Amino acid sequence: MKKTLTALALALATATPALAELVVPNLSYRTGPYAPGGIPYADGFNDYFTLLNERDGGIGGEKVAVPECETAYNTEKGVECYEATKGTGALVYNPLSTGITYQLIPKAVADGIPLYTPGYGRTSAANGKVFEWVFNYPANYWDAASVAITYLLDQNGGSLEGKKIALVYHNSAYGKEPIRTLSELAKKHGYEFVEVPVDHPGQEQKSQWLQIRRDKPDYVLMWGWGVMNAVAVQEAANIRFPMENFIGVWWSGSENDVIPAGDGANGYKSLAMHGTGSDYPVYADLKKYVHDAGKASGAGDQVGSVLYSRGMYAAMVISEAIRKAQEIHGTAAVNAAQVRDGFEALEITEARMAELGLPDFGQPFAASCADHGGPGAGLIQQWDASAKKWSLITGFIAPDDAVLTPLVMEDSAAFAAENKIAERCN
Amino acid sequence: MFYREAGDFKTSYSDDSQTFPIRFDRWRYYGVLAIAFGVIPFLINDYWANAVFVPFLIYAIAAIGLNILTGYCGQVSLGTGGFMAVGAYACYKLMTAFPEVSILIHVLLAGGVTAGVGVLFGLPSLRIKGFYLAVATLAAQFFLVWLFNKVPWFYNYSASGQISAPERTILGHAVTGANTTAASKYLFCLVIVFALAWLARNLTRGSVGRKWMAIRDMDIAAEIIGVNPLTTKLSAFAVSSFYIGVAGALFFSVYLGAVEVGEAFGIQKSFLVLFMIIIGGLGSIFGAFAGAAFLVLLPVLLKNILVGQLGWATDLAAHIELMIVGGLIVAFLIAEPHGLAQLWRLAKEKLRLWPFPH
Repeated sequence: MKKTLTALALALATATPALAELVVPNLSYRTGPYAPGGIPYADGFNDYFTLLNERDGGIGGEKVAVPECETAYNTEKGVECYEATKGTGALVYNPLSTGITYQLIPKAVADGIPLYTPGYGRTSAANGKVFEWVFNYPANYWDAASVAITYLLDQNGGSLEGKKIALVYHNSAYGKEPIRTLSELAKKHGYEFVEVPVDHPGQEQKSQWLQIRRDKPDYVLMWGWGVMNAVAVQEAANIRFPMENFIGVWWSGSENDVIPAGDGANGYKSLAMHGTGSDYPVYADLKKYVHDAGKASGAGDQVGSVLYSRGMYAAMVISEAIRKAQEIHGTAAVNAAQVRDGFEALEITEARMAELGLPDFGQPFAASCADHGGPGAGLIQQWDASAKKWSLITGFIAPDDAVLTPLVMEDSAAFAAENKIAERCN
Repeated sequence: MFYREAGDFKTSYSDDSQTFPIRFDRWRYYGVLAIAFGVIPFLINDYWANAVFVPFLIYAIAAIGLNILTGYCGQVSLGTGGFMAVGAYACYKLMTAFPEVSILIHVLLAGGVTAGVGVLFGLPSLRIKGFYLAVATLAAQFFLVWLFNKVPWFYNYSASGQISAPERTILGHAVTGANTTAASKYLFCLVIVFALAWLARNLTRGSVGRKWMAIRDMDIAAEIIGVNPLTTKLSAFAVSSFYIGVAGALFFSVYLGAVEVGEAFGIQKSFLVLFMIIIGGLGSIFGAFAGAAFLVLLPVLLKNILVGQLGWATDLAAHIELMIVGGLIVAFLIAEPHGLAQLWRLAKEKLRLWPFPH
């Protein structure tokens, strides 16, 4: 009995993998109702770091270790993963879950580990004066909401007066994020805003789409994730909602979301914050050093998909931030606080992206002490069901910062007051 | 040999009615307390606190609460998640409305609010029984989660609908918020668990608990011998909900620090706590602890063995883990339908005869 107990205790305690020089934990989810989004993202994230290790011998000569931990998009498991990996010298966390991000913001601040949440997480973290350790460039949820409305304005000759716009959203912190922006914008542009919540996990949406069929909104926006996306696209097709008037956020615009609906999904639009497809030079290296070498993460079948690209993009930004930190501090073995400095001084230019084999992949941006949010522009992509391909139909659309900046300031000021944080960078 | 009543002379009535009549049991109990209070706080680190001990202690409170209602009073409830949410949101509202009042008082008050809500949803139990009551409590589960999602007042109109716990201290030590040390987190939960488990144990040994058990075993017979079903059932709902509310408050404020109701207090939480008491043993305080330990520690343990030691892929390990835990639950229920507590009881029976069994 005693022996088994000791063995059990040992097994519980030895949660930590071998120490490497640069540790970037990957809190991923390959199981549960959000796995359709989690798997390609995690694969892209892992593969990019494998590429850096295999091709360049890591970053600045230091190998990168990417210990993976399964969260199943669940906050309790997310906490367990965070605690299990933070002792290994983790440099940055990218949990790909708004719920877990909210959870980790205070913890990461207390432990002095930066959080990088591109396109998700707490929007007001864009205000670096309050959120010292959190970075969410190049774009966030409120940018996305504003970009979608700007696009619709453009489609309607500059006015949305008298239009009705519905938001189908995941009934969680993630889905509720854009509501405030969309209702502010409704005041400004005079459209009617309807909220249609969908509860976790979102497999059952009959009543929501019945409501949409009855209310007949002109446009439907969607903040969905995981299986919810595919179900919503299918339901929209079932009620013959015009797909070109249905726009998902960038988390509702991957191949996995539209392929199940077949031809019905044709014309569905979504936001995007980077390019997609395998036409970028980096894929030649990925194929040579990672996939052909048998070192691909997961099943290796996600290459070039939207979320694979996004995982790769996040890994690219993180690796660039580490590189920047190495440059600033003149040491290859940087620690978490130094990586934070790297994030804050990071500048991604078009020339740098081309150098990395990703020309015109994302928008160029430069972070600063006060600006952790980036320019926030977004693209619109449209699904072509016959070619099974997303194609970009606009260039980068800038968000309406006149509306967003006061909202960000208000929300971050509330957080600062709640947690007694003094503003930096003044 | 060492585990027997013989030679342990009771010279007063209070000696005679003590919880642990066998000397060895008493020493074991004191030993566990001494380790829990005197040794673990000095050794604990963030990982052990946040991944193992704090969730175990909090789920143990919830399991004791549900065990009072289901195990002792025989009223099946599937509303545990919803009642935990009541505790969490009550704690949040109190914490933010009265920041100067001690968090301990807020946690207990949150339990009190939940007790009130529990009594309200317990009223139908006077008319409906068994599966039908389970369905009524299921309605409570869905209603409460919907309510906390729908009414922005509950989450102080925050943009995301999340509630997050600000820092609160006891005697100068932070017990909520991000700057909490592992030891103070653990000790805060441990003190509450100790007090509540002690209370539950004594409630169930006294007249209140005997009434609950009478109702459980046969409500008509209980009524005939003078047990009032109204007060008995409602007191079970109140006490049970109080425990579950305290668990919810701790779950939100100490353990997670930020929750959203649908994700943290959904129906799966109700089932998880119900599984805990079924596996641990219905109608047993020890069973609540054993069940909570089984369902909190086993997944963490399996994950660390499969991923940490054997180096399996995380998704494969997660799937295998579900299968192993599920398989063990089924195997346990077939081999020992009365749960881990019954195994413990059998072990004690055997120990009494050891080393000379007839």
